Amino acid sequence: MSRPRTFRSEAIVLKRINFGEADRLLTLYSREFGKLKAVAKGARKPQSRKTGHVDLFMRTQFLLARGKGIPIITQAEMVEGYPALRDNLMQMTYASYMAELVDKFTVEDDPNRPLYQLLSDGLGWCVLGDQLPLATRFYELHLLSLTGFQPQFFRCTGCNEPIQERDQFFNAELGGVLCPTCYAKGKNGRSLSSTALKVLRYLQSHEWDMVKGLHLKRPLQTELERIMQHYLTYILEHNLKSVSFLRRLRHENTRF
Amino acid sequence: MATAVLPQPVQNLINELARLPGIGPKSAARLTFFLLRDGSNQALELADALRDLKERTRFCSVCFNITENDPCQICDDDERDQELLCVVEEPLDMLALERSRAYNGRYHILHGAISPVEGIGPEDLKVDELIHRVQNGSFRELILATNPTLEGESTALYLKRILAGNDIRITGLARGLSVGGDLEYTDEITLGRALDGRSDL
Repeated sequence: MSRPRTFRSEAIVLKRINFGEADRLLTLYSREFGKLKAVAKGARKPQSRKTGHVDLFMRTQFLLARGKGIPIITQAEMVEGYPALRDNLMQMTYASYMAELVDKFTVEDDPNRPLYQLLSDGLGWCVLGDQLPLATRFYELHLLSLTGFQPQFFRCTGCNEPIQERDQFFNAELGGVLCPTCYAKGKNGRSLSSTALKVLRYLQSHEWDMVKGLHLKRPLQTELERIMQHYLTYILEHNLKSVSFLRRLRHENTRF
Repeated sequence: MATAVLPQPVQNLINELARLPGIGPKSAARLTFFLLRDGSNQALELADALRDLKERTRFCSVCFNITENDPCQICDDDERDQELLCVVEEPLDMLALERSRAYNGRYHILHGAISPVEGIGPEDLKVDELIHRVQNGSFRELILATNPTLEGESTALYLKRILAGNDIRITGLARGLSVGGDLEYTDEITLGRALDGRSDL
């Protein structure tokens, strides 16, 4: 049976590049179809009906037409534009990071509704802007779980024994915590404080509504960020582009 | 293999043309044979134009526009308002503003916009040069005319933050409805900003 020529989906714009005379090639993460590329014809012209509905990170209802090549957007109506991201550089950069993670951890035509929901929620947390580092760690952990890379925080990845409440180690290659005994036997690992491990477990196993009340001290935030960055970089085998800008911005923030 | 039958100069041009964006091997071959068969001097004129493009153009050392003479025509023009500086992303944006004939100040071209997703930061743009220019110039107003996209607006926010405190008025272009447009099809963000920026009639 042939697929219908037009299809409809709500999607978030992850990336977009200029294409042809006045078109844009969008990378979308859609609720129904997962990641897909689509062309927005004429979207760089101000007169285009699509222009204001297909900017980065907008959540938009799309009607697409399937042709021989990349689908073409025939209608677009913004559902949520997250306007606050346009007024705050830091919030915009966190949103960029969240979108980049989804782009890097997914392949085209692989629907994942919970991941779509997480991205949509994540952008909403960026708009609120009050718990950005915590929201980002929560987002990373749940994204890893939804894409099959959930780190193991409850049992040692070396000996499979339950983890005791004390300082531990984290081994990215094994994908989780390593107990001090296995570490002493010569396995690699980065030190992980018992408090950080507790927070990671809590974030991984609870909903955002339960988590958002947590207040973490700066050194703990830094430790969590380092561990997560280490693990994400290990899986992706390269650094994320938005991270360096985020670091620069935070560094400059201390000057302004 | 085509390389075995075609003379080397023909194959060379096909290869070079095929490296251009939007041109595949078939189009490259078609263009090459068009130039080969053409009786007039079109091919040589094209070759001259290409050579001039690389040999006779450079960046203006003041505004970073593409120019034949350094400083460029606009930077060298004393008739223009020397205290007004308009910051744009690309040379073509400057051209669009010039076409409007509504602006008579000077320009600064960033050659891009900040985009964390693409890994483009301020260090990849002519931002340090802009800071230097503002600090050492006598501008009364800085118009941030970056594109009304998320990247363009983020760039404007960033510039506003690092240039504030230089005793200079920093403005941005109005956001609103395009001439000949239709309210019904306008997105909420544009409409909201058009309402915010409404003016007395």
